[in-house]
Amino acid sequence: MTRSADDSMGALNAGKLRAAERRESITTLALSLPAIIAVCVVIVIPVGWLFSLSFLDSSGQLSLVNYQKMIEYKSYMRVFRTTFNVSFLTTFLCILIGYPLAYFLSQVPKKYVGLLMLTVLLPFWTSLLVRTYAWLVMLQRNGLINNFAIDLGIWDTPVKLAHNLNGTLIGMVHIMLPFLVLPLYAAMRRIDRQALQAAANLGATPVQAFWQIFVPLSLPGVVAGSLIVFVLCLGFYVTPAVLGGGKVILVSMQITAILEDQFNWGAASALGVVLLVATFIVLLVASRFLKLDAVMFGRR
Amino acid sequence: MTSDTAASLSISVTALTKTYGDFFALNNVSIDVKAGEFLTLLGPSGSGKTTLLMAIAGFNRPDSGRICFGDDDVTVLPPHKRGVGMVFQNYALFPHMSVFENVAFPLKLRKIAADEKHRRVTEALKTVQLSDFSERGIDQLSGGQRQRVALARAFVFGPKILLMDEPLSALDKKLREEMQIELKQLHRQLGVTTVYVTHDQREALTMSDRIAVINDGELAQVGTPRDIYNAPASHFVASFIGESSFVPLTRDKAGALLYDGAKIAKAPENRSPGNGGERNWSLVIRPERLSLQPPKAGKTASKIQFHGHITELVYQGETAIVMIRLKDGQMLTARMNTRAGDDVDTLAIGQQLTVAIDKKDMIIIPGEAQ
Repeated sequence: MTRSADDSMGALNAGKLRAAERRESITTLALSLPAIIAVCVVIVIPVGWLFSLSFLDSSGQLSLVNYQKMIEYKSYMRVFRTTFNVSFLTTFLCILIGYPLAYFLSQVPKKYVGLLMLTVLLPFWTSLLVRTYAWLVMLQRNGLINNFAIDLGIWDTPVKLAHNLNGTLIGMVHIMLPFLVLPLYAAMRRIDRQALQAAANLGATPVQAFWQIFVPLSLPGVVAGSLIVFVLCLGFYVTPAVLGGGKVILVSMQITAILEDQFNWGAASALGVVLLVATFIVLLVASRFLKLDAVMFGRR
Repeated sequence: MTSDTAASLSISVTALTKTYGDFFALNNVSIDVKAGEFLTLLGPSGSGKTTLLMAIAGFNRPDSGRICFGDDDVTVLPPHKRGVGMVFQNYALFPHMSVFENVAFPLKLRKIAADEKHRRVTEALKTVQLSDFSERGIDQLSGGQRQRVALARAFVFGPKILLMDEPLSALDKKLREEMQIELKQLHRQLGVTTVYVTHDQREALTMSDRIAVINDGELAQVGTPRDIYNAPASHFVASFIGESSFVPLTRDKAGALLYDGAKIAKAPENRSPGNGGERNWSLVIRPERLSLQPPKAGKTASKIQFHGHITELVYQGETAIVMIRLKDGQMLTARMNTRAGDDVDTLAIGQQLTVAIDKKDMIIIPGEAQ
C-alpha cells in the first residue's frame, strides 16, 4: 500500500474510505432503479393524468364541476356509503372466519403447515374470474347450495344468494380471506409459546391464557390483515360486479358505469381520485394508532 | 392447593419415564426434594434435566411415574392448577403489559383485591430492586432487569415451589455471577423449595443445597456440592463437574490398587456400579489438589508423586495451568497459585518437575480412564 497525495492532508485513508462508502451506497441505490421506473410509468403517471382529468369539464376547461356533482347528487354519496359498508362487513367476516383458521394453522406441527397452507393458497392461484363465476353457479336459484339445502330440508324455497348483498359478501370474503390469514398466521407464529406456558404456570386456565395473552399478542396481525383486506375491498370490482348483480353498487362499478354510459372521463376520474384519497385517509388514521410499517412487516 | 401452611412443599418424583419415539428423555428417574431445599438439576444439553423440570411444572406428560407435591399427587394435574412459580429460560414476559401488570398477572387471576395486589407487587418489585421500573414496558428493560421481573412474577403469589429453567444463561458472565448470589439470598429469604436447571457446573456448585447430576435421562449422582466435587461416583460426574485428570490404576489379587507398581490404596468396596469387583479403576486428580515438589524431595507415605515434564503453561490471572506429560505418556493438569514467591513464575515449558497429591485428596472411581 502506498500513501496517495490526498491522504497526507487529512486522517489516514479517510478520503479513500469515504469514496468506497459512496460507491457502495450508489450501487445499492441503482438496484432499486428498475422498480422506481416501473412505479413511475405504471402508477405515478396514470394517476397524475387521472388527477388532472378530474379537474376538466366536458369542454376541456379547468373546473370543479366533477366534484360539485358528487356533492349535489345523493346517489354518489350512497355509492360511497355502500362501498365502505361492504368493505367493513367483508373485513369483519374475514376476521370471524380467518382468526380461528390462522389459530389452527399456528398450532399444528410445522410439518403439516405446508400442506394446510396449500389449501388456503390454492384458490389464491386460481383465476379471480373463474372463482367468481364458480360462486355464481353455486349460489344461484337452482344452484348447488340451494338444491342441497332444500334436499336436506334446511330451507323450503330457494333463498336468494346471488345478485344481492349475500352473494357480494360471500364472494368477497372468500377471495379476501388469504389476505387476512397469511399476515395473521405469521403474527401468531411469532408469539412466544413460553409466554402461554408462563400464563398457565401463573394460574391462567387455557381460556384465560388465550384471551389475556394470545389474543392481545396476535392483534398486530389482525390489524395488518384487516387493513389489507379493507383497502383491497374499497377498490374491488370483478366479484361484487358479478355476484352483486347490479344491486350492490360500489365505487369501482360506478366508475365503469360512468365511462360506459356517458364516456365522461372527468367524472370517472373525480370518483377515482376521491376513492384514492379516502383510502389514504384510512391508512393515515390507522397509522395514527399503530406503527404501520411495524404491522405490515412484522414486529419483533 | 393444599391445607399446608408452611412456606414450602417437598417434591417427590417416583419412577418417572418419558420417551420421544425410541429416545428415553427420562428413564425411571426418582428423586426427592426436601421442603425449602435448593436443588439443582445439572447435566449437559439433551440430558433430560429440562424434561424433568417441565414434567414437574406440568408442561409435559410423562409416560409413567408419579409426581407428588407434599402429600398431593399432581401427576395428572394441569399446569395452571399446580400453583408452582416458574422462571423461564427466555423470561417469557408478556410484552403487551408493563412491569407492574406482568407481576400483577398471577394476583389478578387469583382475584386479589386491588390494594392488596398493589402492596404485594410493590413489595415483590422492591425485593428484586426494580421499585422504580413498575410503569416501564418490557422492551425498555435490559436483560438483567427482565430476569428480575420474571423472578418477581414467579414468587409474588407465594408459591410453595419455585422452578427455574436456566434463568441466567442469557446474561453476561459478570451479571450472571451477581444474580447467582442474589438468587441464593432470595431463596434463603423466601424459604421456598427451589428446583433449578443449569448446564453450568460452577453455577450449580455456587447455588445449590444439593445437586442432581443427570446424564442420558438418568440420575448419575445426587449429593451436596462438596459430595459431588470431592467424591464423584463415576467418570461422567468427575469429568462434568470440575476439571479432572484420570490416571488408570491396576488391581492386584489381594484387592490393592497399584500405580506405577506401587500400592496406593485398597479397592473401595460396595461402590456402584462395579461393586468392588471391578477390574479397572481410575484415580481422579483435581488440578488444584496437585502441589509442586522440590526437586530433591524424598518420598512421603501421605503423598503420591508424579514425575514428568511441562508441555504447556497457561497464565490465567489468579491461577496458572500447568500441563504435565508423565514418563509413561499420561497427561496431568495442575492448577498453581500465582502468589508472589510461588514457584510458578520459575516454571518453563520442557522443564522436568515433580508434583504430588495428598492421599486424602485422592478420588478413586471404577472403570478405565477414557
